[in-house]
Amino acid sequence: MAEQRRIIFKHIDEPGYAPDLACYLRHGGYEVLRKAIQRKPEELIDEVKKSGLRGRGGAGFPCGVKWTLVDRKSGKPIYLIVNADESEPGTFKDRHIIHQDPHQLIEGIMITCFANNVRQAYIYIRGEFPHGARILERAIAEARAANFAGPNILGSAYGCEIFVHRGAGAYICGEETGMIESLEGKRPYPRIKPPYFPAVLGLYQCPTIVNNVETLCHVKHIADMGGEAYSRIGTPNNTGTRILCVSGQVQRPGYYEFEVGKVTLGQLLNDVCGGPLPGRKFKAVIPGGSSAKVLKFGERYKGKRKAGAEMVDYDWSLEDVPMDFDSLALIGSMGGSGGVIVMDDSVSMVDALANINAFYSHESCGQCTPCREGSQWMQRITTRMVHGEARPEDGALLKSVADQIAGRTICAFGEACAWPTQSFVQKFPDEFKSYAETKKNDPDARAFELV
Amino acid sequence: MIAPPKPDLITVNVDGREIAVPKGTNMIEAARLAGVDVPHYCYHAKLTIAGNCRMCLVEMGLPAVDPATKAPITDAATGKQKINWVPRPAIACATNASPGLHIRTTSPLVKDCQQGVMEFLLINHPLDCPICDQAGECKLQEQSTGYGRGYSRYIERKNVKPKRTQLGPRVTLDDERCILCSRCVRFCKEIAKDDVLGFTDRGSASTLTCYPGKKLENNYSLNTVDICPVGALTSTDFRFKMRVWFLKKTPGIDPESSVGANTVIWSREGEIHRITPRRNDEVNDTWMSDSGRLLYREVRSPDRLVTMKLDGVAGGLDAAAASAAWLFRTGGVALVGSGRSSVEEQFVCARLAAFLGAPVFLPSRVGEGDKLLISADRNPNTRGALVTGLVPALPGPGLGDLAEAIDAGRIKTVVSVGEDLAAGLTAGQLAQISVVYVGTRRNATSDAARIVFPALTVFEKSGTFVNQQFRLQKFAAAVPGPAGTADDLVALTKMLAAAGGAALPAEINALWAVLAAEVSALATALYRNIPDTGLLLDRTPWAALPFVEGETLHFKP
Repeated sequence: MAEQRRIIFKHIDEPGYAPDLACYLRHGGYEVLRKAIQRKPEELIDEVKKSGLRGRGGAGFPCGVKWTLVDRKSGKPIYLIVNADESEPGTFKDRHIIHQDPHQLIEGIMITCFANNVRQAYIYIRGEFPHGARILERAIAEARAANFAGPNILGSAYGCEIFVHRGAGAYICGEETGMIESLEGKRPYPRIKPPYFPAVLGLYQCPTIVNNVETLCHVKHIADMGGEAYSRIGTPNNTGTRILCVSGQVQRPGYYEFEVGKVTLGQLLNDVCGGPLPGRKFKAVIPGGSSAKVLKFGERYKGKRKAGAEMVDYDWSLEDVPMDFDSLALIGSMGGSGGVIVMDDSVSMVDALANINAFYSHESCGQCTPCREGSQWMQRITTRMVHGEARPEDGALLKSVADQIAGRTICAFGEACAWPTQSFVQKFPDEFKSYAETKKNDPDARAFELV
Repeated sequence: MIAPPKPDLITVNVDGREIAVPKGTNMIEAARLAGVDVPHYCYHAKLTIAGNCRMCLVEMGLPAVDPATKAPITDAATGKQKINWVPRPAIACATNASPGLHIRTTSPLVKDCQQGVMEFLLINHPLDCPICDQAGECKLQEQSTGYGRGYSRYIERKNVKPKRTQLGPRVTLDDERCILCSRCVRFCKEIAKDDVLGFTDRGSASTLTCYPGKKLENNYSLNTVDICPVGALTSTDFRFKMRVWFLKKTPGIDPESSVGANTVIWSREGEIHRITPRRNDEVNDTWMSDSGRLLYREVRSPDRLVTMKLDGVAGGLDAAAASAAWLFRTGGVALVGSGRSSVEEQFVCARLAAFLGAPVFLPSRVGEGDKLLISADRNPNTRGALVTGLVPALPGPGLGDLAEAIDAGRIKTVVSVGEDLAAGLTAGQLAQISVVYVGTRRNATSDAARIVFPALTVFEKSGTFVNQQFRLQKFAAAVPGPAGTADDLVALTKMLAAAGGAALPAEINALWAVLAAEVSALATALYRNIPDTGLLLDRTPWAALPFVEGETLHFKP
């Protein structure tokens, strides 16, 4: 059985571990910052580059590369925005860091800020985390009082302030440029790229780094053990550990931290999570938050993949797929935010898609046409289907609408709302075709309430 | 006449055709220069880029270079530099042309993008074209015909949103027709500097609205109607009045101030239905004031002068001119010219005054400039009076020492061209003199006048104004004047001839032959040769004069 390796979640759910500074210090807290601040900032950036750390927010973009893209010549201040807008359905990792170990995050933030010469950092936390926001504010006050944040950190000439900014309940604020707009006090309409790349024209048109909560926690451990050592955790190009949030129809849903790529989907669901509910079989899984493309149990994936420097053949069942960025991308989905959503044979894929579409239609910001109109159209089709007026051609129509969205929008929300529909219809075409019949023959089936 | 600086040209390739475009041109404009239409909604040349409609998606490619050596990579098949096509479509509005840029606007992918966006824009659109004022000039109509699929696959219910919202005194909003392109929002923020519009709600429920407690009531609000690509924002004045395809377009000039915003006058069967701005990148871009749009109402004003008057008796044009000449014979004539008269009228006035030896008065009109398209000088043609020599220096307020001259008995007859003498004379002084009035509307002067020539408004005659930039701009008659009126030029030239002066042609092209010959500043111009965007005159002879204008769009004093 695959063993968890808890680095980020080391103290999560540990009895007696409190989210206050005293407890954090008892466990060796802020020692890494103390050492880091003695080093050259460029060295720290180098460590992160060497570590191969990839962003844990969804896209898996290399963190060190992101930091190197920052415009340091403009003379403008550089900002850090901590993306704590954890809203992707199926994802619940950052909230536990914030609730139970906020100082780990703050230490990671301060190291990142020091490495990048950031003097002001913002934690953008979603509006639905009021408790988390209060915990963070308290933790920041504690850290500031103890000189881990604020002016002249630990007696050095370097100072940095952290502010908590609460969102107002919009999923799109998790998109980095939408978040920047929101932080500036505007509607969170994502910006067009080019020209508004955050690394050059971010917050207040200044160079800005936007990193996920989990990513910044990893930075602390990279600074601690060194990029070289960190890069040996996990698998090549998929380094470190990653928190997987398993929800849905398994025996033991929850959050688990593994070395990236060292656990397969089958091990995760069958061994770690205890397999399907009694009398049930797994049917499908969404491996990286609800916007990732669905995977079907029973599918096989064949081809060539890169292993280190050479190409090797692979022939996987879904259970064999390692839970890392590259493997999941290889089989046509993504590691995304680490939210693993499991569906067993009791689930109608049309119903499930209807729920997902309801979410994305509700959360589309409405700025650009394909996503605004397309997400709502798909939602109206699937809602109509579950309310008993399905047509055999609806599946094909859904797919066609989704195809008109992905790749044509301002931000990645277009893909996020199109991928579920594209993959559900592609992998379960019969369920969509025969849905009207299924409904008719099952008088007990009620259209359940959508989100 | 100053030639514009030659722009830096770069070569781009649009649908296989090479074309040189100025550096910094975006792909929509580059394609336009190549004669290719890239459909778009949110893009507007005079506003910031929003990139939200996604209608202008095109395929984009850049010349391939070796990443290490930066040497061009040649395609063996064609022998030309290889083009790396970007796999995702790009919005043409937000990408500037770079050397060697390739654009495909008709590929299957681009067609599919256009059809997709068109379909999306129409699914929640009410499709009420038969009752929509925008029909006939609606981008949604035009581009769905040009780029859409022609059928609908949508069977769900459409969004329900507010109808007939009064955003302000002059603009009515139909939210269901709105495609959320944000042009109006950007206009209010960036041009009118009155940031009152915005969206509420999210996704397809997004609704255009005013901020709570605010109204869209600035003097430029109707520009939002012009730039609205669909029928969402409509002019409350024009709404449901006339189908646009019945209207005739005539180029005009806004006579409100010395800015001289270029306009289009939309008329049908002798009646004006609306006035909209005409693009002139050197003067008003694509904007004009609301107040300027409503001026057409004076054409049908109830106090319009339509009857020739000869000492209270109705008579003909020649009889009136003869009577005026008879008044002139006794001497002591003064002429009150106008900064609202056209260059041509001012020229004839100058000739008339010179022939009669009459002193010329010209009242100034000074207000506050709005820093945009209304300047402090509310006379549209003050500079015309300088150029034609009607007045030697900048006019002052009122009528100067005319009242004194009347009291002293030096002035017995006053010819006023459209100016109300009550502005500088008392009723007693008015009664003391003989007044010859050439004007359009009834006032104290026309009442007191012995001879009245009912004249034409700016919408009924052709002519030119010289704006604050010393830009000679022409306007044309959009509608005929009402029965009983005559062109000011006819009245003035007939008076001059009746008084015994040299005959001048009243027809504008013929008159320009004389103007060009006699007025040195206009030496190279002819009415029919003046470009639509105007002709910049040499301002140096008047450069030292203390003009009243402050800064406005495209003008710095």
